[in-house]
Amino acid sequence: MADFIAWVLVIAIAAYACAGGTDYGAGLWDLLAGGAERGKRPRRLIDHAMAPVWEANNVWLIFVLVIMWTGFPTMFQAVFSAMWLPLALAAAGLVLRGAGFALRKPTRRLAQRRIYGAMFAVSSLVTPFFLGAVLGGIASGRVKVGTTASAHAWANGTSVLTGLLAIAATAFLGAVFLFSDARRFGAHDLVDYFRLRALIAFGAVVVLALIGLPVTHDDARYVWDGLTGGWGLLLIILAAVCGLATVLLVLRRSYGWSRYTSVASVALVVGAWGFAQRPYLLPTSLTVAEAAGAAHTLRWLVIVTGIAIVLVGPALVLLYRLDTLGELEELTAADTGAARTPGDNL
Amino acid sequence: MLSTAALLANSTPAQLLPARELMAFTLASHILLVPFGVALPFITLLMHHRALRRDDPVALTLARRWSAVMAVQFAIGVITGTVLSFEFGLLWPGMMGRWGDVFGLGFGVEAWAFFLEAVLIAIYLYGWRRLRPWTHFWLAVPLPPAALMGAFGIIAANSWMNTPQGFSLDAQGKPVHVDVQQAVFTPMFGPEYWHFVVAMLLTAGYVVAGVYAVGWLRGRRDRYHRLGFTVPFTVAAILTPVQFMLGDSAARAVFHKQPIKFAAMEIVWKTDTHVPEYMFGRLNSDGTLSGGLKIPQLDSILAGFKPSTRVTGLTSVPAADRPTVVQATIAHWAFDIMVTVGSVLVLLALWYAWCWWRHRDNPRSRWFYRCAALAGAACLVTVECGWITTEVGRQPWIVYNHMRVSEAVTSTRAGSLWAMLGIVMVVYVAVFGAFLAVVLKMRTRWRIADEGSAAARAAPPPEADTPYGPRGEPAAAGAAPDHTPGGTS
Ligand code: HDD
Ligand code: HEM
Ligand code: HEM
Repeated sequence: MADFIAWVLVIAIAAYACAGGTDYGAGLWDLLAGGAERGKRPRRLIDHAMAPVWEANNVWLIFVLVIMWTGFPTMFQAVFSAMWLPLALAAAGLVLRGAGFALRKPTRRLAQRRIYGAMFAVSSLVTPFFLGAVLGGIASGRVKVGTTASAHAWANGTSVLTGLLAIAATAFLGAVFLFSDARRFGAHDLVDYFRLRALIAFGAVVVLALIGLPVTHDDARYVWDGLTGGWGLLLIILAAVCGLATVLLVLRRSYGWSRYTSVASVALVVGAWGFAQRPYLLPTSLTVAEAAGAAHTLRWLVIVTGIAIVLVGPALVLLYRLDTLGELEELTAADTGAARTPGDNL
Repeated sequence: MLSTAALLANSTPAQLLPARELMAFTLASHILLVPFGVALPFITLLMHHRALRRDDPVALTLARRWSAVMAVQFAIGVITGTVLSFEFGLLWPGMMGRWGDVFGLGFGVEAWAFFLEAVLIAIYLYGWRRLRPWTHFWLAVPLPPAALMGAFGIIAANSWMNTPQGFSLDAQGKPVHVDVQQAVFTPMFGPEYWHFVVAMLLTAGYVVAGVYAVGWLRGRRDRYHRLGFTVPFTVAAILTPVQFMLGDSAARAVFHKQPIKFAAMEIVWKTDTHVPEYMFGRLNSDGTLSGGLKIPQLDSILAGFKPSTRVTGLTSVPAADRPTVVQATIAHWAFDIMVTVGSVLVLLALWYAWCWWRHRDNPRSRWFYRCAALAGAACLVTVECGWITTEVGRQPWIVYNHMRVSEAVTSTRAGSLWAMLGIVMVVYVAVFGAFLAVVLKMRTRWRIADEGSAAARAAPPPEADTPYGPRGEPAAAGAAPDHTPGGTS
């Protein structure tokens, strides 16, 4: 039972990495889109593509937290005690990012839009970095039950590298999705724009992964071994195949499938990490079985999860489907009967 | 026993105060948005239904505008809520580590309910333009039930903290034999949940109606304002007396299940019968009261319907196991403000009912609209007061009678927590300020448009009606006629 919940946790993390990751990546490209004039069209596209789905994507994170504290309370306590600062900063980033994004949309003044946009874009960089750093710290065995908060837990090679890798992976996902969104919304000039960026981001992922091999070899030995042998290795290879397939598909301008392969590559890496950590939740100090909460609760967690999959699954499919079919569009000023006010300059 | 308790109380860690302030501040901010997350979809759907049923363009405009506000409000609710989830770990790791598996399941329900809510609300908010009208409406109908499920999860967790059960303790004091059903349906759950849900509907109703009451006072007496006022106000007015009764039963549940909290709410110092009721007033450390309005016998009567009811006093437990006098005074004031506002709202609702009964019409008195305009703000204050009663009245326990707040708190240094509190306050004030500014700006735009002065101010050319979002491109491209087989969908 505890193993099952642990896998649910891994899957939820993978889902957040893919769904939330795409949005973070979009934020990164928003940041790098250049000045107000030059970046106007990519920003429009990002706004338009992200708006209907980002809140739903964010809920995966809540779900991850809930499974952690309900299923594995000791682990939750240990992680949040040891990783206090990066998690606090990630939370701050989440607030600024969501607020920036949500407030930018209805704003019509350039100066204000700039501020909100900057909030959104910068925190899209900060949040995945710190979340990645936390995962890196856990993977390298720096979190144990009773570890108190210290910079050592997250300011180290493995953590920093994982954080950067998280940023690169989100950038990759974001670019691949925006690449096909650009075509979907008829912004044909942006197709090549994001195509190029998808390739660059993939390059960054590969470079970081290669740097990571020696850096983590001694530092995160247990996970390193897990990733270079057995199931972990298999999934990593599959992830690499998917990643390369994405590159080929993007190069050949295949709009639909490239999304799936890019998502698969990220999800497989998370899955590989799950295999590599087995049987530990916190490598080499706390196993899944030791950390598990009360059996009765776990059983109920499975039931609740099951019911929810039945309820939420179809809704989520409907949302993504309506979104990709272009059925979801924002209300315009004309729809709500809104006028311009003095000072509007957009 | 007493000495260890006193020791525990004295060894209050320095980080406790900032941790509490941070939790209280972020929760109090989040809760201001929750009424709209829970109840605004419901009220909007009522209006939307009317629009579709009677083919009423005014109602449709209202529903659309409310959903435009909802889009921004929901986003702010999501982020402030996400912060809370983090804070459980950042501030109270002790509670989550020990009790997470006992009471966490409520949050599991909550997470999935929010999932459903986020999905459905996205479809609703972005479905106006292209979905068929009734399809669009029906896709949103599960929203209110999903919101109720979300509230279910949160209140289950909170009521468990008030009346924990569903476990037994082993020799080290760790919970074993967890029984989830019992831990979810605790004695406080029923009273708390219904009182809470109705409070949310009430608050959303009065706040929305208040906006149009202000318009009415400023002389905008068209059908648009009338409708915008009447629908939400009617919902709220019907529920107000219900809320009064639910509050009364919540208070009696507290009396039975959390006697010390009740003593704090009513500042009862010594266990006694024939206890008087004090409106406001301040508790001194020797148990005397300064100020306040004393009504003999009433407290006993309220608690048990007869003057001879015995009410437990604060002094029935050691000082370390009960709220301090300051906390008791805070809980008492919060409770009294809630009851006062609740009672005044009942009068307002009666006024409204009277006018409808006599004239089949809204009241015409300006004073009525002045009160109605204030009712929304008063409700928000009341919601805060209700939570302060619940949370401060529970002190010093985080899990009533099982874990002290000081045992749950993080070991992070107080300095870091104060710094974080400062940052969070600045950020929240900025975010809420910006949120309010954006919503007010929307209102201004709508008003200008409605007053027809829009034309004079250079109406936007048709192709610029979406100032962003690449809808300017040929609309057909959005539908992507050349779907690659097996492509995006
Ligand atoms: C519009 C809002 C509103 C109104 C008019 C009232 N309340 Fe309330 N009350 C709340 C909004 C609220 C709340 C914010 O929703 C609380 C906080 C915790 C909860 O579950 O609901 C609450 C809590 C709460 C509690 C504490 C429960 C606990 O400690 O667990 C009591 C005893 C009452 N209420 C009693 C009343 C009474 C006697 C009212 C009579 C008029 C009343 N409330 C009106
Ligand atoms: C949303 C409305 C709520 C408000 C406005 C609120 C308000 C407060 C306040 C004022 C405190 C500080 C008490 C003190 O310092 O004396 C507090 C503490 C706390 N509340 Fe609430 N509360 C709310 C709901 C909840 C819910 C739903 C939960 C949990 C499910 C919760 C969990 C806590 C915890 C863990 C603390 C810290 C420990 C403590 O001081 O008791 N609160 N809250
Ligand atoms: C008084 C009880 C509370 C109720 C009824 C409540 C209700 C809601 C509602 C309706 C939303 C949707 C957003 C909105 O429309 O504003 C929301 C967001 C959220 N709330 Fe609260 N909230 C409460 C307190 C809390 C507490 C104590 C937590 C901490 C665990 C919390 C966590 C969240 C989270 C994580 C979200 C974001 C969900 C998402 O991403 O969709 N809430 N809350």
